[in-house]
Amino acid sequence: MQKYGRPSPKSLIDNTPYQNSTKKQILATDILGDLSKPLEYDETSIWQVLTQVQDPEIPTVSIVDLGIVRSVSLSLRQISVEVTPTYSGCPATDLINDLILEALSHAGYWNIKIEQVLSPAWTSDFITSTGRKKLVDAGIAPPKGLVSKSSLIDREISCPHCNSENTRLLSEFGSTACKALYQCHDCREAFDYFKCI
Amino acid sequence: MIKNTKPVDTLFIYLLRLADSNLILSQRLCELCGDAPSLEEELAISNVALDLIGQAKNWYEYASELDPLKRTADHLAFRRDAHEFYNVLLVEQKNGNFAETITRQFFFDAWHLSILESLQDSKDERIKSIASKAVKEVSYHLRRSSQWMIRLGDGTELSHEKMQSAINQLWRFTGELITSDHLEDALERDGLIPDPRKIFGLWKHSIETVLSQAKLVNPDYDAWMYKGGKQGEHTELLGFILAEMQYLQRAYPDAKVW
Repeated sequence: MQKYGRPSPKSLIDNTPYQNSTKKQILATDILGDLSKPLEYDETSIWQVLTQVQDPEIPTVSIVDLGIVRSVSLSLRQISVEVTPTYSGCPATDLINDLILEALSHAGYWNIKIEQVLSPAWTSDFITSTGRKKLVDAGIAPPKGLVSKSSLIDREISCPHCNSENTRLLSEFGSTACKALYQCHDCREAFDYFKCI
Repeated sequence: MIKNTKPVDTLFIYLLRLADSNLILSQRLCELCGDAPSLEEELAISNVALDLIGQAKNWYEYASELDPLKRTADHLAFRRDAHEFYNVLLVEQKNGNFAETITRQFFFDAWHLSILESLQDSKDERIKSIASKAVKEVSYHLRRSSQWMIRLGDGTELSHEKMQSAINQLWRFTGELITSDHLEDALERDGLIPDPRKIFGLWKHSIETVLSQAKLVNPDYDAWMYKGGKQGEHTELLGFILAEMQYLQRAYPDAKVW
């Protein structure tokens, strides 16, 4: 995280001062008060922070809208965030984890644990309706319909620019693994289609 | 080394077979990065390679947890020698011309989708979750390679001839995909992996459907086949792939900053 010119939020998760240690050290309680009381965190405000974290590859859509964040849970001393990758080889996975840590720690949260979950596997069905709208605004056609075997059969994909259904597939794979490249016959624009997977 | 292994070691080696096949094919495909016949193919090939690396990472991470020598996923990928790699021989074959690249991919994708679909019913939860993630990606891979098989097979006289010649050349490496050895038989008995006869049936179905549509001749299933990749006996090609792929990690072992 140093490359962003900010202190590393990882240092915040690495120190767990209240574990069995006999050494004299600065305890979290010295700074934050009595930790035996539940922290005044609530899940809604954590979700709100996460909604501000944008996907690095599609910066107009948040990771919550893409359905990458699967759950947020609070224990007495820890925030656990479960995330799932869109694709097995998604190169943004580590960066997304860093962005979550950064956002939460800048919002004043600490002791954050990010867990990668593979099951249930991410599907484009997880993208929220807000997410789908934002994709269109960004010039990306959202996944058409819900996932089933039939998703692999060509469908009429609407052009995000002029709404025409008179489009054709240029390439099965686009700028990222999750997108295919299409072209609209009416407005002639090429556009990305977020694959139904 | 493979004989007389304990159950955990058996699963460990099976996971390496899956991971290594993915990784080596991915490395082969990456050779085409910057050198593919068209921009769209360049994107497709690199994206397929990326999916395969991601899946390999998931398998290596699981294998690493079962490794009797406690090696990390990176160590398994970048610090083992050719005889410790258990990938199928098909994936280490050269890219050759585009007909050969696509035929190799098609044979692999047809097997890959069959095995992943069946691994979703494994008794092992971890295998199940990795397979259900990968299966969706691989359906796209198979769709793309099948379309190319049909387009080129049923294309011009020259493209048809090149496709048939690629099939005839690569066919001898397909036997290994669909025959099991004692290690896989043991895992199958434990319900961890599917019955190889089921995989053969699924594989045969995809091959026959696509080849007949592509007007290409389906070679004989009883033809003589190369074997040994899954047991660590490779063609001379693997050493060169590893030399390039592992150079950095071997020159600077355990480096933390690149």
